[in-house]
Amino acid sequence: MALELKNVGRTFDGQTAVRNVNLSAGEGEIIGLLGTSGCGKSTLLRAISGLDGNYDGEIRLNGKLVDGVQESAGFIFQEPRLFPWLTVLENVTFGLSSKAGDKEKKGREILRKVGLGDSENLYPKELSGGMAQRVAIARALVTSPEVLLLDEPFSALDAFTKMQLQDLLLDIWKEAGTTMVLVTHDIDEALYLCDRIVILRGRPGEVVSEINVGEPRPRPRGSTRLAELKTDILESLDLSRS
Amino acid sequence: MVKQAISIPGASRQATKDKAKVKTGGVRKALLGGILPLVLVIIWEALSRAEVFPAYQLPAPSVILSTIIGMAQDGSLWSHVGITVYRVFAGFLIGSLVAVVLGSVVGFYKKAEHVLDPTIQAFRSIPSLAWVPLFILWMGIGEPSKVTMIAVGVFFPVYLNTVSGIAGVDRKLIEVGHMYGLNAYQLVTRVILPAALPSFLTGLRSGLGLGWMFVVAAELMGASQGLGYLLVVGQNTLSPETIIASIILFAVIGKLSDWILKIIEERALHYQDRAVQS
Repeated sequence: MALELKNVGRTFDGQTAVRNVNLSAGEGEIIGLLGTSGCGKSTLLRAISGLDGNYDGEIRLNGKLVDGVQESAGFIFQEPRLFPWLTVLENVTFGLSSKAGDKEKKGREILRKVGLGDSENLYPKELSGGMAQRVAIARALVTSPEVLLLDEPFSALDAFTKMQLQDLLLDIWKEAGTTMVLVTHDIDEALYLCDRIVILRGRPGEVVSEINVGEPRPRPRGSTRLAELKTDILESLDLSRS
Repeated sequence: MVKQAISIPGASRQATKDKAKVKTGGVRKALLGGILPLVLVIIWEALSRAEVFPAYQLPAPSVILSTIIGMAQDGSLWSHVGITVYRVFAGFLIGSLVAVVLGSVVGFYKKAEHVLDPTIQAFRSIPSLAWVPLFILWMGIGEPSKVTMIAVGVFFPVYLNTVSGIAGVDRKLIEVGHMYGLNAYQLVTRVILPAALPSFLTGLRSGLGLGWMFVVAAELMGASQGLGYLLVVGQNTLSPETIIASIILFAVIGKLSDWILKIIEERALHYQDRAVQS
């Protein structure tokens, strides 16, 4: 298993945000964590990333207990979080510790992959929202992570840019076979991208159901099968009660 | 315009053109801003020549100019300017250095903030000029007391801006650093210091401004050379042209030094997305 969670929970000052999460992801699987706001899905992702070490239970990445930031994990935040004083290329190579020449070569390669081959000398202020998020994706990919953690990575983008970047993510996945955990509140996004969708609900958040999408990719965005699954998901989210 | 755009499609060409446009815009703005002072000086000169202003109180601009030229020719101008610039520079250097060290410690370590900051804030509430008699008593009226005086003035803005710059670094950027496994030292040099730089540079500029203010005070209270000393001389010899010449020199040199810092600031912060250039 690339990723395994056993009875994971997180409590902040006596307030339980999320509890009893059991979850596993095979190599190359894309798992979606879906839920309404406040159900603890981002909290869970931060625990997996190692940024938040005070979780309860057990999280294992490639069999290794997560007790801090793991080199094998990459993180894409909701905002690009680029360093404004670095150029696009310098931002991308930020996490690399190899020699300068190698770094740049690798950075350029990844930038070409995300479609920004000719923007390496720009500064973040000169980028559009979609370009900035592409740079953030490149920065996360440059260390070749085995597990990529994504925290609502496209939620701040317009609908068209969002679709382009979702396709970009799938291209990357096809090429590198990266395991991904995607936190989202966008049901269509989860259905388009994920192999399996884990639905969290309530305060404290708990897993209420797991849906296997199992459709071959690329999935037509308007297909009836996905629409059926969307109905199921809406039912299990039970928005009327919450 | 359109024709040109078609014949030169290069983006970089467009960029240099934009830059040129900005530059000519700046020149035009400078000309526009220069009109009023020029008119005022001409009126002043005319009224002085018509003896509306008595020369022993407000001499004509031409008299002031010839005073400055005269001092430049006999060499006294350079030694006065030199010693004043030296005092400001030394005080600025010492004040900023101490401020950076203390400001960094207080900015980085919460414990240090609890220990040091209240004391520093208490000292800040003392009007800095109140130190003058004490410094003279301790160090005499030589250079040390003057430089110390200026350093005290420079210290506070630089200190405050360094602390707030470091404390105000975006937690989200620090998290990115954590995600790439940076250790404490790398985090400081690669994330915190660059992120705090804008605030620090603002502190340096306001510190320098205060430095110029304090050098006047320091030289007024007892000096045998310097622009502030010229003010005293002008007062004692009833020559307003010397006083005004000294004021003008203060303004010119002060502006010049601020301009140098501003250029350094713009170079260092070229990446910033700023709507208004200060």
